Amino acid sequence: MEWSWAFDWAREFYRETGINLTFVYDSFDRDRLARGFMNTVYLSLICLVLSVLIGIAGAWLQGSKLVWTRRIVQGYIQFFRNTPPLVQLYFFFFAVGSLMPTYENRFGMQEPMLDNFTWAVISLSFFAGAFNVEIFRSGIEAVPTSTVEAAESLGYNRLQTYRYIVLPLAFRVCLPALNNNLVNLVKTTTLAYAIAVPEMLYMANQIWSDSVNVPETMTFLLFAYVFLVGLLVWAMHSWERAMRLPGYGR
Amino acid sequence: MAWTPDQPIVSCKEVHKAFGAVEVLKGVSLDVAKGETICVIGPSGSGKSTLLRCINALVPINSGSITVEGQEVHDPKLDKLALRRKVGMVFQQYNLFPHKSALQNVMMAPVTVLKQDKAEVEQRAYRLLKKVRLEGKEQAYPGELSGGQQQRVAIARALAMNPDVMLFDEVTAALDPETVKEVLLTIRELAEEGMTCLLVTHEMGFAREIADMIYFTDRGVIVESGPPKDFFASAKDPRTKEFLSQIL
Amino acid sequence: MSRRAPRLDPGGTDLPVLLPAADHLQRRAVRERELGAAVPRLDWRHGAVLLAGLLVSAGLAQAQSGEGQEPVLEVIVRWLPVLLEGFLFNIVISFLAMAFGTLVGTWLGLMQISLLLPVRTGSWIVTQFFRNAPWLVLLFYCMFLLPFEFTIGSLTIPFPDWLKATIGLSLPVLANVSEIVRGAVNSIPSGQWEASESLAFNRRQILWMIILPQCVKRMLPPWMNLYAILTMATVLASVVGVSEMMTQAGRVLAAEDRPGLLIPIYSFVLLCFFVYCYPIARWTVALERRFQVKL
Repeated sequence: MEWSWAFDWAREFYRETGINLTFVYDSFDRDRLARGFMNTVYLSLICLVLSVLIGIAGAWLQGSKLVWTRRIVQGYIQFFRNTPPLVQLYFFFFAVGSLMPTYENRFGMQEPMLDNFTWAVISLSFFAGAFNVEIFRSGIEAVPTSTVEAAESLGYNRLQTYRYIVLPLAFRVCLPALNNNLVNLVKTTTLAYAIAVPEMLYMANQIWSDSVNVPETMTFLLFAYVFLVGLLVWAMHSWERAMRLPGYGR
Repeated sequence: MAWTPDQPIVSCKEVHKAFGAVEVLKGVSLDVAKGETICVIGPSGSGKSTLLRCINALVPINSGSITVEGQEVHDPKLDKLALRRKVGMVFQQYNLFPHKSALQNVMMAPVTVLKQDKAEVEQRAYRLLKKVRLEGKEQAYPGELSGGQQQRVAIARALAMNPDVMLFDEVTAALDPETVKEVLLTIRELAEEGMTCLLVTHEMGFAREIADMIYFTDRGVIVESGPPKDFFASAKDPRTKEFLSQIL
Repeated sequence: MSRRAPRLDPGGTDLPVLLPAADHLQRRAVRERELGAAVPRLDWRHGAVLLAGLLVSAGLAQAQSGEGQEPVLEVIVRWLPVLLEGFLFNIVISFLAMAFGTLVGTWLGLMQISLLLPVRTGSWIVTQFFRNAPWLVLLFYCMFLLPFEFTIGSLTIPFPDWLKATIGLSLPVLANVSEIVRGAVNSIPSGQWEASESLAFNRRQILWMIILPQCVKRMLPPWMNLYAILTMATVLASVVGVSEMMTQAGRVLAAEDRPGLLIPIYSFVLLCFFVYCYPIARWTVALERRFQVKL
């Protein structure tokens, strides 16, 4: 394989310096790290999609004529906005999770219906979704009726007005806040460690426990996160710049 | 009943419109012949802008009738698209789409609404922007243009639909005095080319110069009307006199 | 005539394209970017809901449990010293992390506006590094890699877990304080610099006598919001085993082994945080209003 030089180099490096990069040369540790990374990406992506859906649904429900519908959405936002995400995670996993029915697996053991990963997805999606509700709502409210009128006077029907004018404008207004939320979400996925979801932090923890190379793995993990989040922030900011309304704002 | 060009192109009869309890139009009647330029003047809140919005079916009326080329505007079965092809509207606040360039603003509606050929529309858009003296500004975004330039893009955008009537809703009210002139020049050229124009305006000098008829509205009714010469020289109604004495 | 809405940027054009909601959203995005997290917004109803939640869940747990079992609220009272001792850790950690973070972060922020390119770049990199790192990873890093004691000569200073957690939590704080300082200095119009220069102040004098005093107004509310975020984040220390309130709550639950206790105990934990954070939140809002920092 063409990567073998890197593995050899890591082994040599260990012999000479004592710095043990098992996650480079050891295929077992390497796989674990890769799996952790994939799980972090996977978790972030699923939560991103679900939180956007929750945001759209919530923003729609907030426009409801029923007082109680609006109150429930408001209560939902308030809960997730004002409590630590760790508490939310524990709340879902331990409190709600204990109320869920169990089923018998093929070894005759009782197993919960939803696994840790699913609970992390649910908890983090609701967490990020709460912010999206507020963001989407303000985004739609930001488009003045006079702009809608202008579109109508040009013959746009309701659907076309939304598709070509209101939503593109609202999206641009929302984008910076949405990006903050996304970056925050990716950072918050590390909390899934607390309920033993095999994401990157959890896998790294296993590697340094088994291979006793805490400083090496730890440092690598820190830099890996900083690099990944930095990349995301950079990409999002470039996107924002491209989507900026020319002539407005900075 | 087929419409012929010798009949009024826009005809309002006893139009009533209320927002909640506030009656804004209390029986307004007004005819516009093809090729005519009509100016509606009057104090703020007298329902001038509402009238234009009603003609373009942006707001529904309570009673009365408005026809454009013989077609009833407030017929529930009305094809709004057909109406809006015939009637172009320019707003006080320009209302350009800030996420599209000047050229795209002009092209958007013909391409997405009328499904016209993009290349053909693009040519027309360049021609229209040149006509409103914005050559070279095609790629600029609304936020990068001055108020007067934006307003002229808005005029070009309305013209791109090839309307038979143009409605101007206090189009110079939000502009600074420097740029008012360039917008008025554009409107005058349109009027001189024979476009039917209906203007709501505070620019008395301009109204006197280009209007074929002037209507004075106050508190939801048309108080007085006449050709500019007579109107400004010998207004009869005390309300008109008072208004003119404040303005002139 | 129709509404004249304020525009997105006063310096731009005179076209009111977007309504105040856009303005609000943009300010919010800028502010949250400085703080690296969403700002909690507490009002008294949250406290009322928590208290109601505590009482209702305690009542439910009571009804579920069999005869002769201790009332749930009495269990909480019995464990109160343990829980509050944990809460004390949360407060101490948040205080020290904020103090350390503010001290270092302010210098880092000032370095970010230095005229020397290497200083500027260096401090920018440090700031971005700690801003982008997840809080929990920084916490792990400090927990595992800081020694448990320092030896200076013959003197051995113990370095307990909670102190390591404090350092771990102060790292993201210092990065965000750095951004708050930089943002505040940049928000002062350049006319202030020019006017001061024309009066022959040197750069240091301008900064300390003219610019920074004006910045305090702008920095104080976000700084307090950051403290609220930090206080909420101190529960992360439970993941690495510091005996703060969440950890203690877990121990109480394990010791009692009554499933019904979970919600009441967690509600109680949240209520403690609320009681502590609420006055700070009110004060922050009052300051924001006084300094007219629009939300």
